[in-house]
Amino acid sequence: MRGADALAALHAALRLVAYNGVNSPHSEHLQAPADWAVFLVGGAFILAGALGVVTLRNPVHCALFLVITLFGVAIEFIDLNADFLAAVQIIVYAGAIVILFLFVIMFLGVDRKERVAAERFPLQRPLALLLGLGVFILILVLTAVTGNWTTGAHSLSGSLGSPSSPTGGAQGDVARLGQAIYTRYLLPFEMTSALLVIAIVAAVVLARSRHRVAGELSSEEQAAIQHSAEVTR
Amino acid sequence: MNAAYVAAAAPLLGSILLLAGHRRLREPLAGWIVVALGFVSFGASVYLWVAEVGRAAGHKTVDLGIFRWLPVNHLQVSFGLQVDPLSVFFCLFVTGVSSLIFLYSIGYMHGDPSFPRFFFYLSLFLFSMVTLVLADNFLFMFLGWEGVGFCSYGLIGFWFERNRAAVAAKKAFVTNRVGDFGFMIALYLMYEHFGSFNFSRVLGPLMHGATLGAGFATALGLMLLLGACGKSAQFPLYMWLPDAMEGPTPISALIHAATMVTAGVYLLARSAPILHFSGTTQWVVACVGIATAFVASTIACTETDIKRILAYSTLAEIGFMFLAEGSGDFTSALFLTVTHAFFKALLFLSAGAVIHALADEQDIWHMGGLRKYLPLTFGAFFIGYLALSAVPPLSGWWSHEAVLEAAYHKNVGLWIVGVLVDGLTAYYMSREVMLVFFGGARWKENRPSPAQEAAGAAEGHGHGEPHDAPWTMSVPLVVLAIGAVVGGIIDLPFGGLDFLTKFLAPVFPTSVVPAFPLANATKLWIGVAGTCVNLIGLILGILAWREGVPRPVLEPSFFRHGWYIDEGVADAVAGPLALAADAVAYDVDRGLVDRFVNDVAGVTAGTGRQLRRIQTGYVRTYALGIGAGALAILIYAVARLGG
Amino acid sequence: MRVPAEWYLVVALMLFVIGATGLLIRRNILVMFMCVELMLNAVNLTFVTFSRTLNDISGQAAVFFVLVVAAAEVVVGLGIIVAIFRRRAEATADDVHILKG
Repeated sequence: MRGADALAALHAALRLVAYNGVNSPHSEHLQAPADWAVFLVGGAFILAGALGVVTLRNPVHCALFLVITLFGVAIEFIDLNADFLAAVQIIVYAGAIVILFLFVIMFLGVDRKERVAAERFPLQRPLALLLGLGVFILILVLTAVTGNWTTGAHSLSGSLGSPSSPTGGAQGDVARLGQAIYTRYLLPFEMTSALLVIAIVAAVVLARSRHRVAGELSSEEQAAIQHSAEVTR
Repeated sequence: MNAAYVAAAAPLLGSILLLAGHRRLREPLAGWIVVALGFVSFGASVYLWVAEVGRAAGHKTVDLGIFRWLPVNHLQVSFGLQVDPLSVFFCLFVTGVSSLIFLYSIGYMHGDPSFPRFFFYLSLFLFSMVTLVLADNFLFMFLGWEGVGFCSYGLIGFWFERNRAAVAAKKAFVTNRVGDFGFMIALYLMYEHFGSFNFSRVLGPLMHGATLGAGFATALGLMLLLGACGKSAQFPLYMWLPDAMEGPTPISALIHAATMVTAGVYLLARSAPILHFSGTTQWVVACVGIATAFVASTIACTETDIKRILAYSTLAEIGFMFLAEGSGDFTSALFLTVTHAFFKALLFLSAGAVIHALADEQDIWHMGGLRKYLPLTFGAFFIGYLALSAVPPLSGWWSHEAVLEAAYHKNVGLWIVGVLVDGLTAYYMSREVMLVFFGGARWKENRPSPAQEAAGAAEGHGHGEPHDAPWTMSVPLVVLAIGAVVGGIIDLPFGGLDFLTKFLAPVFPTSVVPAFPLANATKLWIGVAGTCVNLIGLILGILAWREGVPRPVLEPSFFRHGWYIDEGVADAVAGPLALAADAVAYDVDRGLVDRFVNDVAGVTAGTGRQLRRIQTGYVRTYALGIGAGALAILIYAVARLGG
Repeated sequence: MRVPAEWYLVVALMLFVIGATGLLIRRNILVMFMCVELMLNAVNLTFVTFSRTLNDISGQAAVFFVLVVAAAEVVVGLGIIVAIFRRRAEATADDVHILKG
């Protein structure tokens, strides 16, 4: 019950932000497109968080900035009428994944700074920056010149209800997403459950310390690696 | 469903079964399967023969297509069988003798660890041989030809752990290749001239009035003769056959006496219409035959290996067949082929029984007095001996006399040498019989020590006194002995009893094989003279070797070394050829081929060594590579927009 | 005043590029992982945007699956990182370079 309450409260808060102070979930304004203010706020969150993740030295700070980005993405989701995904975004990403990150950081005690000086491949940083900039500009150019260069065609399967129709709206999207996942995407959905079980088992195996851990090397193997490294040299 | 298919398919089925089930099918089941299928094939052949006899004149040839093999433009080669008197005749005695020897092999090969392999080869051999004689075109026939050659190779070298056997197998294989080149050149000539390999297209017109230029006929005929010489072990390609005795004795009997080596006789008989247009070829065939017969007989007089004597005698007999074919009497050649199959198989199988009884002893000087211990074997060998020595009225006498008549008609000189060879044959066979079965029991002096004997007994050989073989080995002996005695009745030269001649007449029409009438008085004179010489040789042999004492005077080393032909060939080949091979091996192979290969490897390794630097092991650098790839794709997309 | 879909895509693009660049620049494995999460989020944003503009619910379904896979990936990835860190007191991505040729 407490979880559900918290979810409801979160939902309401998100709506408050996303719909710019309009309270009633059923008012006509809900279907009206969000305005620039919401979009810009979300975008600012996203970019600020992302830059923080990339630039800050301390991994704990990085993780916290990651939360900001994820929060911004959730705002944009609500802006796009994807309410369910917004909620999941907060719960799964901010609530579980980032916590996991922080947990690992704390657990391992590696909250110290990177050694910036010793870069193995000297051109790595400039090339990476150049690459990022290049990709950004090129994709912008492509998007600006042609509207549909990514796919080349429009898809129209399982169309979303019109925002103004009685059954549509924010709640309608959740219902349709549920329908799509449990009918059309039922098999992939069931496969994700298998994937999660496998991942859990894998995590247990990997993190177990009593026996030899996969990825660790026996003393003979280490000796062999050492030897081959010397030979290569 | 024609019986010809059954005749060919049964042994093929046997070899496939043995190949597929070689882990499960062990002794003796594997052998019995092959024997049963061999008899099925024989039954099918008998059916074919009955049907063939019943066919109306002018419809004796039946062509059975299986499928088109090589449809190349206007060259159409089919997998097809042709049933006519000649092929039925060969099919009949090949499957018959084979089945008997298969049966014999079950006893002879008892206890051999490679028992199933032996029977796999046997079955495959029979299939190839039946294919050879039933094929309806020269190319398909060549397939069977190579098939029997391969089986022969595999069986000579059956005990390949013995070096001598392996070497002998190689020798047979290489020598046969020389002959096969002749056959292949003949095939090219045939295609060039006739545009086909089919008997009906190549030979059919020649039988019905078409002619062939003498030069072309000679070239074609000589190439076919070269092929026949390789397979039938005729001069100068005969050296492999005596060495082929390294194989198991049933193989010597079946492949290297009765059936495979007569493939050359079959080839020449099949090509009779071609030989008809080349007198030169006929002369060469006759001379090759008689020369081989003479050389082989002289060598046989001094040979001391029980099987090699028989091998040289086989050379001589096949030489006689060639002599008959060269003299234009194909029926006699085939008559001799079938009687020879009987008595020579009989001789080999009894020799095998002797070897078996004496724990793999093959030297006749280590035998003697065996007739008391091996009565049945002795009886069989003795019958074979009389038949081979052309003692009347056994089958060998009838067939030899028929051949000699043809030789006399061709040339008196050929006849004289032929009679001499016959006398020599009687002489050396007497020598062999005397040394093996009469006289003192010399084998007792050379008995192995008790320890060795125990080892031999463990293998199932050489325990206690020598004794006759089990029934699987005796039954074929008895059947073949009967054939050797009365085989002559298939072609008696009087009273309209020449069944074989009549049966084969449609294949050898007088248009291509002219008849040669000899006066009855002449025939009588020839026959009496020949028989007298035989008997003289026989008696001389008995007298000279009765006591089993070595007589070096009668064993000149020139003959004992096989006229030094083997050595001569070896020297001639070893000199210049070895030099050339050395040059190729050291200069061309090492300097050119190896260098090229090594360089390729070096360049590859060097490139790899350089490229390896890219693989730093740093994940982030790899990620940079991925990013660069993405960037490249985007640049391409933008460039396309611009274009 | 409606925001055109292109603006969402631009934001997603920027997020993606920042994530990718961060992946290339940072050497702390944990932070690299976070950068991967950034890139995934950028893609998710484009999915939802297209879902809206094309009026197609499949885009949102895809995001749902991406979320699940990302969760699984993080679990396994962090497990591996823990395993590596247990062996080496101090580790960056560059210290794990045994797999070189």
